[in-house]
Amino acid sequence: MSDFTPDIKVFCCHYTSQQACAEGTDGLSKEGFPANITINRLVCSGKLQVSMLLAAFEEGADAVYVVGCPANKCHNLMGSQRAAKRVGAVKKALTELAVEPERIEMFHLERGFHPEFVQVAKEMNQRISQLGPCALRGE
Amino acid sequence: MIVAERKPVEEILGMIREAKRILVLGCKGCVTICSTGGEREVAILASMIRLGRKKEHNPVEIIEAALVRQCDKEYIDSLDRFDGQYDAIVSMACGVGVNFIANLRPEAVIYPAVNTSFFGGSPQQGVWTEQCAGCGNCILHLTAGLCPVARCAKSLMNGPCGGSQNGTCEINKEVPCIWQAIHDRLHRIGKKESLSHIAPIRDWSTAGHGGPRKIIRDDLTV
Repeated sequence: MSDFTPDIKVFCCHYTSQQACAEGTDGLSKEGFPANITINRLVCSGKLQVSMLLAAFEEGADAVYVVGCPANKCHNLMGSQRAAKRVGAVKKALTELAVEPERIEMFHLERGFHPEFVQVAKEMNQRISQLGPCALRGE
Repeated sequence: MIVAERKPVEEILGMIREAKRILVLGCKGCVTICSTGGEREVAILASMIRLGRKKEHNPVEIIEAALVRQCDKEYIDSLDRFDGQYDAIVSMACGVGVNFIANLRPEAVIYPAVNTSFFGGSPQQGVWTEQCAGCGNCILHLTAGLCPVARCAKSLMNGPCGGSQNGTCEINKEVPCIWQAIHDRLHRIGKKESLSHIAPIRDWSTAGHGGPRKIIRDDLTV
């Protein structure tokens, strides 16, 4: 699978992605943020619905992850906790569909803490590169 | 409300394997309230079916819709707008909805997407518990409002039984003994004389043992 470049989508809240996004795509790339990860910003990760995460897989993603505030320090109180529950529901859905649940993940990061935002992106990229293409792509 | 749970997607995919065009049909009644078969869950199931079928290399077209209720003829009639657009309906309503569609649309192929579980309530978000068995002969006035038919494992009418230990049921320590609760509550509300009422042998014909039940209200029929 050495020639496989996964299509990964990240949904992140306004607060955890603020500093990272302020630098733009070039800035992120210089920090090592993989170019094959597409950032989708939300006002709050609690805004996510299970169907939105599944839709990302329908659109061809090999993996999806969510970045929200620390569970006990969400700007909107419980938004990131709700997001984590929905990620859990999608893990269950992937398991039902006989697909690796590791293809979706929730990360709770400090707001605007740039190095960790890039670090989890690298972690997901490495994980999915090893897993290979998602069977839900139907290829 | 009627509480239901979605069936495993593998079971649903097995039912609809031959269908190429599917109407995933939710209900805005009880199954919306218990987050099993409302518009949101229709979107989730439709997505899971599309993904599952893509994985099987067996593409499918899906229409997503939800009726106000699937247990009233007038709303089932509104399915006319989808005529000719689907091979099968996957209903996310309770069993009543599935039966109603089968009754009223003789040619339609319909499959259930949920297991209809019980009549219950939600004591906290994400939790539902059975409260009523729909037995057709309510005796809650004698039992302090707590139902031994639905909430006693043996549906005893003169409980508790010998399996009641420290307020819990012998079937599972997580299950409260409802007869212990009935005793405690009758004493608390000053109605303990109800306990001296010996319930006679119960006629279960009202509970469906006499066949499917039907109610006709002359004041409402036209």
